[in-house]
Amino acid sequence: MASSVTETLERVQKHKGVIGVLVVGEEGQVVKSTLDEAQTADYAGLIPGLTSLARSMVRELDPLNDLEFLRIRSVKHEIMVAPRDEFVLIVIQDPSAAQ
Amino acid sequence: MAPFGALLKRGGKRGAHRDKAQAQADAAEPPPLPPPPIGDEFAVPVREYVRPDNQLQLSEAQLGEEMPRMLTATNPTAPKNLARFNMKERCFKFDAMVDQTVAHYSSSGWLLHKSSEEAKKQGDAERAEAEAAAKFQSEVERAAREKEAGMDVEPPDDSRQLRNRFNFGDRAAQTFNYPLREGGTMTEPPPTATTTGSCSAWEVYDEYLRDAERQRAEEAAKPKGGARRPSTAAPGHAAAAAAPPAAGAAGGGSTLQGPAAEAAAAAAQRGGAAAAAARGDDDGDAALSAAGPAVAAAAAILDRMVVQNALADVAMDFKYWDDATDSFRPGEGSLLPLWTFKCPRGRKHVTSIAWSPAYTDMFAVGYGSFHFHRQTGGLVAIHSLKNPAAAENVFVTASGVMAVDFHPTFPNLLAIGCYDGSVAVFDARRRGGAPLYQATARSGKHSDAVWQVAWQEDELQKTLQFASVSTDGDVVLWTLTRSELAPERLMRLGARAALAAGGAVAAAAAAAAGAEAPGGGAAAAAARRVGGGVCMHFHWADGREHQYLAFSSEFLASFSGHGMAVYSVRWNRLHPSVFLSASADWSLRVWDARRAAAGPVLSFDLGDAVGDAAWAPYASTVAAAVTDDGRVHVIDVAANRLTPLCSQKVVRSARLTRLAFNARHPILLVGDSKGNVTCLKLSPNLRRSGGGAAGAGAQPHAAAAPAAGVGAAAAGERFEAAERQRLDGVLEVALKGRRAAVAAAAAEAASGGSCAAA
Repeated sequence: MASSVTETLERVQKHKGVIGVLVVGEEGQVVKSTLDEAQTADYAGLIPGLTSLARSMVRELDPLNDLEFLRIRSVKHEIMVAPRDEFVLIVIQDPSAAQ
Repeated sequence: MAPFGALLKRGGKRGAHRDKAQAQADAAEPPPLPPPPIGDEFAVPVREYVRPDNQLQLSEAQLGEEMPRMLTATNPTAPKNLARFNMKERCFKFDAMVDQTVAHYSSSGWLLHKSSEEAKKQGDAERAEAEAAAKFQSEVERAAREKEAGMDVEPPDDSRQLRNRFNFGDRAAQTFNYPLREGGTMTEPPPTATTTGSCSAWEVYDEYLRDAERQRAEEAAKPKGGARRPSTAAPGHAAAAAAPPAAGAAGGGSTLQGPAAEAAAAAAQRGGAAAAAARGDDDGDAALSAAGPAVAAAAAILDRMVVQNALADVAMDFKYWDDATDSFRPGEGSLLPLWTFKCPRGRKHVTSIAWSPAYTDMFAVGYGSFHFHRQTGGLVAIHSLKNPAAAENVFVTASGVMAVDFHPTFPNLLAIGCYDGSVAVFDARRRGGAPLYQATARSGKHSDAVWQVAWQEDELQKTLQFASVSTDGDVVLWTLTRSELAPERLMRLGARAALAAGGAVAAAAAAAAGAEAPGGGAAAAAARRVGGGVCMHFHWADGREHQYLAFSSEFLASFSGHGMAVYSVRWNRLHPSVFLSASADWSLRVWDARRAAAGPVLSFDLGDAVGDAAWAPYASTVAAAVTDDGRVHVIDVAANRLTPLCSQKVVRSARLTRLAFNARHPILLVGDSKGNVTCLKLSPNLRRSGGGAAGAGAQPHAAAAPAAGVGAAAAGERFEAAERQRLDGVLEVALKGRRAAVAAAAAEAASGGSCAAA
């Protein structure tokens, strides 16, 4: 169970079109990243803010509710964000490269 | 008085009062003064007489002549005849009194007349002043004298004395002015920190929840503290009890500081982990490993998302693609390969496939080996259509897995049978790990490979049971007790199988447990299959009868007809008495249990050993079979009783071993000898059912949706009845044709009917 997170993330990294996998801690520290430093800093700096904002919105609408996932489809990429406990898991994929 | 025409020219300005004296001087005519030296501006100016040209030249006599002049008081310019209107007499009258006075010159001066009032006042004031001055002087003198005499006297009051204002000197002194300078010093700035906070409704809600939890914890800790002395209480409890009040005191009643303090505490707690994470990626892995199951689930879902993105076109095909050519090609169909599921470890044979009864996208695959000499370890993988890239769960067994089956009502229970004769039950939800139950040599496992396991419904005892059939000839019913699997032998096929050497298909129970006991030519291959669980699954309403028959442990009928080993038998899902058998003799046969003596009703020659066959869940007449040459055959006995609708090669250089229809979607799983499971989509021609819902692969029938509403159940029953009738009709026609053929053959006296009733 314990190692399944890292195993799964490694598997995700090997899928087609995946640009990077990022795990950001609660205080914004990068726990794991497969991107280069500059991109890591960019994503790790920007995404948790958006996530907390989205979570705040969801919880504001219904305090019993909570944010599960965030899926951002851009022209170039798809960014999938899963905020859980003390980690935020981020996967950046290029869906067009996969097909 | 100067002569009238003489004009005086002077150098300086003089006052008017000196004109008279000047005039006298002129009259005296003093001799002209020598011209003053140049530059002497204070010298007496030069006098010069200038006579106009037209001045009369008078002689001395004339000049000396006296010219008397008289001054009169009469004003010559005063009007003499001034007339004014007299109002009294109403006429003009001359004014007698004419003012003759003319002032030629007037000037006001300082002089006062001595006898005037003003002069008198002035004289008084001067006198008073003189007196006061004299008095002051006398006092000053007296003071000076007394001072000389050594007396201490005050000087006279001279405040009223007018000072001499011309003899007054003012003195002042200025000290040195220092220039202004600025100097400053600063203390070290006090430490500052920026704190931000927000207070939204959900944060307040969370805070209330935390507070409620804390209070519960306190209340839970309280009885312990009351029962024992505080010092004997566990330190953890004491700390927990002490911490919340402290936090409350620090909070000072503010709701915002509470979470801040808790966050700080949590951060302090997690500081170690964070620091570890900062050290490197390996440490990050360690931190991730310590994460909770929620993170693992999130990672798994991310995995699914990524795979779905990567295989978006396949998912679209699964949902929406239909072969358009089917519409003008009746009687033919095609299969569209969708996903392929690989064996998680190594290359093993796919020995069994079972769909989950609860989740239409989940299925279990058993991996093992069909080779007697090349047996490997076994594997059970639970796959999901949502993630073809990786199995959801994997169980490893020591021996090759030969059979898997999900419990119909408890879909987490997965029974497996292994090549070494053991059976086990796994919890599909639990990751990895050991089985819940396992039958070993001590607890009475089979002595040869288990070829099929099937869960049974035991309505009387409400226990969980499953049956297994093995090559050792036993059909064993396993009951799940609290601690172990309790075996109970249902029947023994061995003797019967030996008797039925030469190829016999034995089916126990007409409408329920069916068992086949082929001799298979070789002595090693004895009983291969039991269809009991399968039958029971489909003939839900006949459970009672089935139980009775199942426990009677006797064959109701046996069917012979195959020339070689039978690999699979399957009861029709909609018709209670029709079943299908797949054999190594290249044939696929359809039997009717009511006409056991008549032999197979239909027979299809598929051109290679038939590994597995299955009825479709949506129609009574459709079945599929896989053969060793890598082809999938789909037959519809209603459409074509002689050849399959579709024979499509789906794998290269691999034998197909197993197949399974999905209960809801028009898809089919086929497993091959390389460990791959391929998902195929049936084209519209292959999923026709007799009812109105032709081509509806997702037609829910009673078995697939037992929990549906009453209306749906009734519709399902109607659908089933129609399907049964349809199949009966087809079989009737087929039998007629066969009888005719048999009669013709008998007439030719060519005996050797392939079927013999037992």
